[in-house]
Amino acid sequence: MSVKTVAAPLPGTFYRSPAPGEPPFKTEGSTVAPGETVGLIEVMKTFTQVAAEEAGKLVRFLVENEDAVMAGQPLYELES
Amino acid sequence: MPVSRLLIANRGEIAVRIIRAARELGLQTVQVASRADLDMPAARLADQVVEIGPPQAARSYLSIEAILRAAETSGADAVHPGYGFLAENAAFAEAVERAGLTFVGPRPETIRLMGDKAAARAAAAAAGVPTVPGTEGRLADSAAAREAAARIGFPLMIKAAAGGGGRGIRIAEDMAGLETLLQQAAAEAGASFGDAGLYLERCVPRARHVEVQVLGDGESVIHLFERECSVQRRRQKLWEEAPAACLDDATRAALCDSAVRLAQSVGYRGAGTLEYLFDAASGDFYFIEMNTRIQVEHPVTEAITGIDLVREMIRIAAGERLRWRQDAITRRFHAIECRINAEDPARGFLPSPGRIESLRLPGGPGVRFDAAIEAGGIVPPFYDSLLGKLIVWDETRDAALRRMARALAELEIGGVATTIPLGRALAAAPDIRAGRVHTTWLESWLAQHDFTPEREAEPIP
Repeated sequence: MSVKTVAAPLPGTFYRSPAPGEPPFKTEGSTVAPGETVGLIEVMKTFTQVAAEEAGKLVRFLVENEDAVMAGQPLYELES
Repeated sequence: MPVSRLLIANRGEIAVRIIRAARELGLQTVQVASRADLDMPAARLADQVVEIGPPQAARSYLSIEAILRAAETSGADAVHPGYGFLAENAAFAEAVERAGLTFVGPRPETIRLMGDKAAARAAAAAAGVPTVPGTEGRLADSAAAREAAARIGFPLMIKAAAGGGGRGIRIAEDMAGLETLLQQAAAEAGASFGDAGLYLERCVPRARHVEVQVLGDGESVIHLFERECSVQRRRQKLWEEAPAACLDDATRAALCDSAVRLAQSVGYRGAGTLEYLFDAASGDFYFIEMNTRIQVEHPVTEAITGIDLVREMIRIAAGERLRWRQDAITRRFHAIECRINAEDPARGFLPSPGRIESLRLPGGPGVRFDAAIEAGGIVPPFYDSLLGKLIVWDETRDAALRRMARALAELEIGGVATTIPLGRALAAAPDIRAGRVHTTWLESWLAQHDFTPEREAEPIP
């Protein structure tokens, strides 16, 4: 078991759910499969999906919903 | 109410534009800025900067509370909203006035009225301004649909009452196809929007987008001629011209008069734009909506009329009457604006925020570049992608096209991907040069052209 930090692929605003008021894509403690959507990043009014690259358990998010993130900034911890 | 200290509730190039106008009027300027924008050109140009919150627009430029607080702490007595953000938010205009400040724009009730599509349509009809023929409200049943279709004429669009952004639209070519398409559209609307309500609207094939600039002082309204903005991608304008070369003089006069009638009927105050669809085949035009703010493409109108629209809207807000009668407004030249966005046209218009590493600006006669970028400056990822607007004017449209090609060849922005290569290709595109465009032209042109930055403009023969 190892815990790694996954970084934001793009700069922008990070969203944990597909739309305001909707449940988040992933909650802390849930399992993720490769390709699954973990969140969205809004860059210049364009939304890009943040997809998991590998399987594991999402331990915790390192940024809040709707936080501003820079590319390369740690987004979440993944245990695999 | 006299204005002496103007707060600019916006960012980017329009903030710079407003500061310039305010300074020429001898006003002090207060620039609000999110934490991502503290070093932007408008912030350094203004007399005072007030930080209003984190980078996300929802907590800064869209926060009525944060902006009013900035106005209070800075002692501003007027607020210019620019475009986008809170510019067409009636509650914001109301809050500004309630705080005892001057709102540079229309009265809140005008913003509310023209922002409601059905109400704006009704106002147009009452002023004798044509709107796209269609049904009012939801269709009761297929008999009602057939009856309405016979009145509206084919082809027509079947639209979902709860839809928007072009989703769920079907085009019926004739009565025979109508029934099937109605059933499909109702089923899809029910599934997509939880509301199977439909309405019909005449389809205007190959419609062109024309719009009329007006200025009003609350009593009198004048027009400053029209613009054509048919070159759009996903309803975003990329290339705008004034005048609209597709109009003859009689149609232009009828169009501009209709805009004045409608704006006059609502006692319009400030700068506004009435948007129309124009059917070049029949010569008919239809009012679609009014934008109750300054628009991105206002400089092409300034270029052909010589009137500074932003300065004028501040004067009007300060209580001045219109300084011209309609017959004093004349036009000369042809003007073109090309928007420069931080997007990569060779990669599906992927947004490209980052650092501007190098910048070479165009110049010479008949060239204006409205922007808020500098070498070494950062283009943040949190806002729209507009970097600047290149505007050119010359004696004729042909000459203006050559001038645009020349100026675009001079303009270089390094460090971020931009739409400059697209602009260069458009300046040389035969359809643009012949004026054969309509609102979906650019999307089909992009689909047919394997657009890459390497394949740039051929010289204009």
